[in-house]
Amino acid sequence: MSDKAEGENRAGPSRRGVETGVAIATAIFAVIVIVGSLQAGIDWGVEGPRAGFFPFYVGIAILIASVVNLFYARAESAEDRFADWGQLRQVLSVVVPAAIYVAIIPWLGIYVSSFLLIAFFMRRLGNYGWHLIAAVAIGVPVLTFVVFERWFLVPLPKGPVEAWLGF
Amino acid sequence: MEELTNLFHGFAVALQPFNIGVMFLGIVLGVIIGVLPGLGGANGVAILLPLTFSMSPTSAIIMLSCIYWGALFGGAITSILFNIPGEPWSVATTFDGHPMAQQGKAGEALTAAFTSSFVGALFAVIMITLVAPLVAAFALRFGPAEQFSVYFLAFCSFVGMSKEPPFKTVASMFIGFALAAVGLDNVTGQLRLTFGSETLITGFDFLIAVIGLFGIGEILLSIEEGLKFRGGASGMSPKVVLQTWMELPRYWATSLRSCIIGCWMGISPAGATPASFMSYGIAKRASSRGKNFGKGEIEGVVAPETAAHAAGTSALLPMLSLGVPGSPTAAVLLGGLLIWGLQPGPLLFVEQKEFVWGLIASMYLGNIAGLLVVLTCVPLFAAILRIPFSIIAPVILVVCAIGAYTVHNSTFDVVLMMVFGIVGYVMKKCDYPLAPMVLAIVLGDKAEENFRQSLLASQGSLTIFWSNGLVTTIMVLGLIALFWPMIANTFTKLRGAVAS
Repeated sequence: MSDKAEGENRAGPSRRGVETGVAIATAIFAVIVIVGSLQAGIDWGVEGPRAGFFPFYVGIAILIASVVNLFYARAESAEDRFADWGQLRQVLSVVVPAAIYVAIIPWLGIYVSSFLLIAFFMRRLGNYGWHLIAAVAIGVPVLTFVVFERWFLVPLPKGPVEAWLGF
Repeated sequence: MEELTNLFHGFAVALQPFNIGVMFLGIVLGVIIGVLPGLGGANGVAILLPLTFSMSPTSAIIMLSCIYWGALFGGAITSILFNIPGEPWSVATTFDGHPMAQQGKAGEALTAAFTSSFVGALFAVIMITLVAPLVAAFALRFGPAEQFSVYFLAFCSFVGMSKEPPFKTVASMFIGFALAAVGLDNVTGQLRLTFGSETLITGFDFLIAVIGLFGIGEILLSIEEGLKFRGGASGMSPKVVLQTWMELPRYWATSLRSCIIGCWMGISPAGATPASFMSYGIAKRASSRGKNFGKGEIEGVVAPETAAHAAGTSALLPMLSLGVPGSPTAAVLLGGLLIWGLQPGPLLFVEQKEFVWGLIASMYLGNIAGLLVVLTCVPLFAAILRIPFSIIAPVILVVCAIGAYTVHNSTFDVVLMMVFGIVGYVMKKCDYPLAPMVLAIVLGDKAEENFRQSLLASQGSLTIFWSNGLVTTIMVLGLIALFWPMIANTFTKLRGAVAS
């Protein structure tokens, strides 16, 4: 069992690579913050330090920390894996549907989108029969509707289907 | 004693039927949240926060703090039965709790855990009752420089005492400050860091960050291995409960020690997680049964649970009396108070007595109610985890999305939640701590305001932070906390040199 694990799961993006990437990303973020602070003004005004003063030094701090982290990242061994491709596949199998779900909410409303998301998961990952899928995928949005719209009186985004149904 | 009178007034408020109702509702919701992965304490409170806007602040905070207790209890259930710590501070509970469950003693372990939690939290609440007004009275003498120094101490503690590399903590924390700065500047009314975007005018809301980082991020982390819940039966019955209760008083010393460790660590931003580990480690060394720790020793459950709950509860002390939260969940509660227009800190005790004492009274009652609920309903809660991943994962995603949306009625926030989720996943895997980022987002504006007011008063000179005894002491404590690892190292070397 351990041979299989060693052979197959060794592949994956290296820790060193990802850590380097993160350090560079935080450095870019820091530069954006510094530029924005300069736009807001970092000197002294009538009411004391101007709006950009504090964020400017925050940006500098992030930049310094990013450089230090970059050095440490380069020093990491090239052997360590950030994650195996297998693990990443698992993660992506949730991230991609979730991202699509989030993207379609403004168009289809939350109830229809949730129905699609639950149905997708139950079918793709769970392989359930259509009856159970229908029960849960319709039941949860309906329950949500009752709890939020009727009980808590909190409106949630709706789409064309709800409009057609008269809500 | 004025405190007792206030406390009794508080009980009168907390015992109103509506408030009792929300108390039980909060606990049940909290346990469910604590049991489900991805919906832990801070995230659950964040999601349910907007729903409480229609209630009075007192009822709302009672419900939210009961959700907090419930989540604390819930974490123990999954730790013991499924070896999955529901919260970071339940990790130490798995060391002895799960072996006990595997030996068929799950009922004993669960009873021990819940009772220890109850004791720890009760100890902390009594401490809060006695100490909070004193701290608040003391803090009334704080000016902007002193207030900033308290924030400074809090943030330095994170950098110095966390197990993650300090520069990653620094990066994470300052990113939080930068995110907090986006939008309208409180002092000058100017827009900054928005780069002309309309959506960024309102800035980044801490609730969205919490739901994304702690909710979605946690889920993504836990699915790396696929989710397979194979847990033991809970084996609870009144007989088991009574038997265990007979046995527990033997460990009173461990319990007391853990309470003190928990309260001490909970007050500082270090918090519940190190408290539980430290308490376990010390109990293992101090106990005569220390050799059996890790194989299913009940004392190994008592120690971490008492400490974790004492810490989790006492994290509310600095939040209420100083306005500095001791944990991410306390940070979310703090954010909620700010939204309701209540300013935590010394003035809260003076101007909003009914609210503060109603909350403290509800902590006592919530604790008792929580213990009752978990002791009776464990099998139900454990059954929730048997629901297969393919059903429960999308449902959790839906709940998070709704939570993110209801903060500002904005679908952009839902997208932002997803972004925070992925960022949180990558950051956690690279050992960047998330708690300092969240604390910085919540406290960033306040810390900056105090900093600027201090500088204004001193005409731009930093010496104001060394201008009197109080502020200097706190700043020095902050610097000690910041450089603690180096200081501790030097001490060890010195001790080694003296010994040889």
